[in-house]
Amino acid sequence: MKNRSIFLPVVTGLGFLFLYAPIASLIVFSFNESKLVTVWGGFSTKWYGELLRDPQILGAAWISLKIAFLSATLAIIIGTVAAFALSRFPKFRTKSLLNWMITAPLVMPDVIIGLSLLLMFVAMQGLIGWPAGRGMTTIIIAHATFGAAYAAVVIQSRLVDMDMSIEEVALDLGAKPMRVFFDITLPVIAPALVSGWLLAFTLSLDDLVIASFVSGPGSSTLPMVIFSKVRLGVSPDVNALATIIILIISVGIIAAAIQISRSGKKLGN
Amino acid sequence: MSSPATPRKTKLPFGSFLERILSKLGLRGRTLVIAIPTLWLFVFFLVPFLVVAKISLSEAMIARPPYSSIWNWDDGVLNLTLNFGNYLFLLEDTLYFAAYMESVKIAFVSTVFALLIGFPMAYTIARSPDSRRNILLMLVILPFWTSFLLRVYAWIGFLKTNGLINAFLLATGIIDEPLIMLQTDFAVYVGIVYTYLPFMILPLYANLVKLDDALLEAASDLGAKPAMTFLTVTLPLAVPGIIAGSMLVFIPAIGEFVIPALLGGPDTLMIGSVLWNEFFSNRDWPVASAVALVMLAVLVVPIMILRKAQAASEGASQ
Amino acid sequence: MSETQTNIAARPWADKDATPFIRIKNVTKKFGEFVAVENVSLDIYRGELFCLLGGSGSGKSTLLRMMSGFETLTSGSIEIDGQDMAGVAPYDRQTNMMFQSYALFPHMSVEKNIAYGLKRERIAKAEIKQRVEEIISMVQLDQFATRMPHQLSGGQRQRVALARALVKKPKLLLLDEPMGALDKKLREETQFELINIQESLGVTFVVVTHDQEEAMTLSTRIGVMTDGEIVQVGEPREIYEYPRSRFVADFIGSVNMFEGQVKEDADDHVIISSPDAGADIYVAHGVSCTLGQKIAVAVRPEKIQLSKARPNNARNILKGKVDEIAYLGNLSVYQLLLETGKRVRVTQSNLSRVGDDAITYEDEVFMSWSGGAGVVLQS
Repeated sequence: MKNRSIFLPVVTGLGFLFLYAPIASLIVFSFNESKLVTVWGGFSTKWYGELLRDPQILGAAWISLKIAFLSATLAIIIGTVAAFALSRFPKFRTKSLLNWMITAPLVMPDVIIGLSLLLMFVAMQGLIGWPAGRGMTTIIIAHATFGAAYAAVVIQSRLVDMDMSIEEVALDLGAKPMRVFFDITLPVIAPALVSGWLLAFTLSLDDLVIASFVSGPGSSTLPMVIFSKVRLGVSPDVNALATIIILIISVGIIAAAIQISRSGKKLGN
Repeated sequence: MSSPATPRKTKLPFGSFLERILSKLGLRGRTLVIAIPTLWLFVFFLVPFLVVAKISLSEAMIARPPYSSIWNWDDGVLNLTLNFGNYLFLLEDTLYFAAYMESVKIAFVSTVFALLIGFPMAYTIARSPDSRRNILLMLVILPFWTSFLLRVYAWIGFLKTNGLINAFLLATGIIDEPLIMLQTDFAVYVGIVYTYLPFMILPLYANLVKLDDALLEAASDLGAKPAMTFLTVTLPLAVPGIIAGSMLVFIPAIGEFVIPALLGGPDTLMIGSVLWNEFFSNRDWPVASAVALVMLAVLVVPIMILRKAQAASEGASQ
Repeated sequence: MSETQTNIAARPWADKDATPFIRIKNVTKKFGEFVAVENVSLDIYRGELFCLLGGSGSGKSTLLRMMSGFETLTSGSIEIDGQDMAGVAPYDRQTNMMFQSYALFPHMSVEKNIAYGLKRERIAKAEIKQRVEEIISMVQLDQFATRMPHQLSGGQRQRVALARALVKKPKLLLLDEPMGALDKKLREETQFELINIQESLGVTFVVVTHDQEEAMTLSTRIGVMTDGEIVQVGEPREIYEYPRSRFVADFIGSVNMFEGQVKEDADDHVIISSPDAGADIYVAHGVSCTLGQKIAVAVRPEKIQLSKARPNNARNILKGKVDEIAYLGNLSVYQLLLETGKRVRVTQSNLSRVGDDAITYEDEVFMSWSGGAGVVLQS
C-alpha cells in the first residue's frame, strides 16, 4: 500500500485539473487574435470590443441581471419565511406539505419545472387573464420559486444551528415575536441570507431551460442568447463574455466568503 | 416595575406596526408566516403538476392553446373526455422507450464515473489539515457558481476534432488520426461528470469528514492492513454519503437537456431532449406533458432513496 | 446565611399567615406521553432565593420555563404576586430569566445587550442610559461596556446576562444553572456575589441547579426534585439534617443507611434492630410508626466518631475494621467493614498533622454516634 500515498494526491490533482482546465481555456482563448480555438494567433482584446458592440448580448445581459436581482430578492423572502416556519413552529397542519414543496424543486429536472410552469401560466391566462403573455414577470416567478428552495435550505440550516435561547431571552425582556424576528433572528442569520441571495442570484443568471419555457418575445435572457450562439459552434466573443462573468462571480463569491467567515467569527459561530 | 401589571408598550417600531395592521385584518403573524410560502409554492409548484397531468390527458389540436379541453359543459351535462392516447403513443413508438433507457444508461454510467473520481477527492479533502481543507472545499464549490452553460461550452473547444485534446495528442505523437469525441455519448459522459462532480464530492466530504481518526487507528491496531481498514471501516461508514452523492448526480442527469444538446450527437437520445423537441419543435403539448409525467415516475424511486440517505446521514450526525 | 435566618421575619415560610409571592398549584406538564412535571405545588415568598435542585430530567428546568412563560401548563396554575399567569406571554410578564447559555445577543455590545429590555418599555433615553450605567458598575463591567460578547470571558458573559435580566427590575428573576458554565473557583466567588446582589436588590430569585453544594450555599430554601415531583422543600440545614426520604438523604451529601425494624417505639425515642449494623440503633426523636415496621436509619459520615478504644457513654457503638482510607487534606474518609459485611463511611477532620496513634489499615476500631445524629427514614 505504499503507492496509496501517491495515488490520492494524483487523483485529486487530476480531478481539480478536470474541473478547472475548461474554465482556464475559456479565459486564455478569449484573448486569442485568431477565431480558431486551437491556433494561437497572438494576444488580442478585440473580442471584448466586439462583445461590447453587440446590442443583442448587452440587452440580454441587462434583462438577465434585472431578473436575477428581483427573483433572488423574492426568493430570499419566501425562503426565509418558509425556513422560519419549518424550524420554529412546532407543528401545523400543512407542515409536511410545505416541507415537501420547498425541497422538491431541488431534485426536479429543469425541463419538468419549465414545462409545468409554462402550462400553468397559459391555463391561468385563459382563466383569469393573468399573466397576460409570457415575459420577464413569468421568468421572475419561475426563478423565485426554485431559488426559494435553495435559499430555504441554506437559511434553515442556519436557523437550526443558532442558539434559540437568544430569541427566548428577547421575548423574556419584553419584545414581541415579530420584534424578536427583526431585532435578533434576522441579524444573526444575516450571513445565511447573503449566501442564500447570492445562490438564488447566480442560479437565475445561469438558468437556460426554465427561462426558455416561460419567456416570451423580447425577454430573451443571456443564457438563451449564448445557447443559440454556441449551438452553431465555438465563437470567441462568447469566451470573452465567459471570462467577464467568471471574473465577476469569482470576485463576488470570494469577497462574500471572507465577509461571511469574518462575521461568523464575530457572531460566535 | 415602571409600569406595573399593565402590558408593556413599545414605541411603535416597524415590527409592531406591521403586527397591528395584520391584527386589524384578523390575521395572526403565525398564520401569515405559514401562508406566504405555502400558497406561493402551492400555486407555482404543485398546481403546475396538476395542469401537466390534465393536459397529458387531452388531445393535441391546432389552436391557442394547442390542446383540447378534457371537460365541457353541455346542456347541464358535464362531459369528461380522458385521452390516454398520449401514453399509449409513448408505448407504441419505440423512440420514447429507447430514450428513457438511454437516459437511465447515461445517467448511471456518469454516476459511476463521478463516484470513482469524486470519492478519492472527497477523501483527500476530508483527511487534509484544517487550513488546507477549506480552500480545497472552496475550489470544489467555485465552479458550481460560475455559469453552467459556459462551462459545458468550454468542452466543445476541448473535444472537437480540431480541438485542444486532439491537438495535444497529435503533437505528442500518441495518435496519428484525430479522435472523434464531440457529438458522441462519450462527450455527454464527460459533460455530466464534469458538471455534477461537486454534487458528488460535497455529500461524500460531509460524510467522510465526520469519520473519527481513532476508528482507523483502532482498526490498524487490531491488525487490519490499510486496504482492509478501508474496505471494512471507511467504506461502510461512507455509504449514506455515497448514496446521497450518487442520487444527486443521477437525478438531474436523467432530465438533462443542455449537455446532450451541446456535446451529444444525433444518436444521443435523452428524454430531456425528447421533451424539449416535442414542445418546441412539434408543439405537441399533450405528448410533452405525458413524457414529463413518465419521467417523474422514473425519478420517484431515486428521489425516495435520496431522501432516505439524507435522513440517515442527518440522524447519524445528531 | 442560615444563622441570620433564625428570626421569623426573615423566614416567611415559617409563618402560616404569610402570603406567598409565587403560588404553584397542582402543576403538571406533559410532552406527549412523557410527564416532565407531575402535580407540583409550591409556595415561594417575596425576597427568597429559592433553589430547585435535581438531576437532569428531574423537571426543574421545565418548572422554571413555565414560570417564565415559555411552556404552557398541561394542568394546574401558577400565580405570581396575586396574578394568575395563564395565557400571559413571556414579553408581558414582569419576570426575567437568565439562561444557562447566557444567550447574549452576539451582534450587540454589552451596553446594547443590557439596554435591550429597557428599550422595550416606554422609558426615556436618559433614564435608560443611567440605569444601564448603574447596573454595569454594579456587576463591575465598566471597562467592557462597548465590547462585543465574543470579546468577553465566561465570567464576564455571565455578569452581562445577569445585568441584562436585573436592569428591568423584575419582580422575579429566574436563573437556569447560572454557574453551569463557570469553573469551580470562579463559581465559588460568583455564588457569594450573587447572594450580595440578591440581598441588596431584594428581588425574589428562583435558581435551578444540579449542584447540591451550590444550592446549599445560595438558597434560603431548597426544593428537591426528582422524576417531575418535588420530594422535599426546606432550608438547607433542614434538608441536610432531616431528609425525609432515602432519595433526599442520598442526593444531598453522602450517608450511611442502616435497614432494620422498629423494636421499641417511645414518645422521645425509637430503637431499631438492624441486621445491617449487627446491633440495635437508638434514635433520640419520636417517630410515628408501628412496632415491627421496616424502616431505615440514616447517619452522616461526619457525625460518627472513630476510636481505637471502646467509648464509654455513646448511645450507638459498632465495631469494624479499616478497609480503605482516603486522605483529602482537611479531612480523611474511612471505609470500615462491619462483621455483618456492611460498609460504613466515616469522615474525620484532620485536626493535628500526624497522630502517633493514627488509625490505619486493618485496625479494629469503634464507631460511635449520639442519639441525635441518626434520622429515621420511612420511605
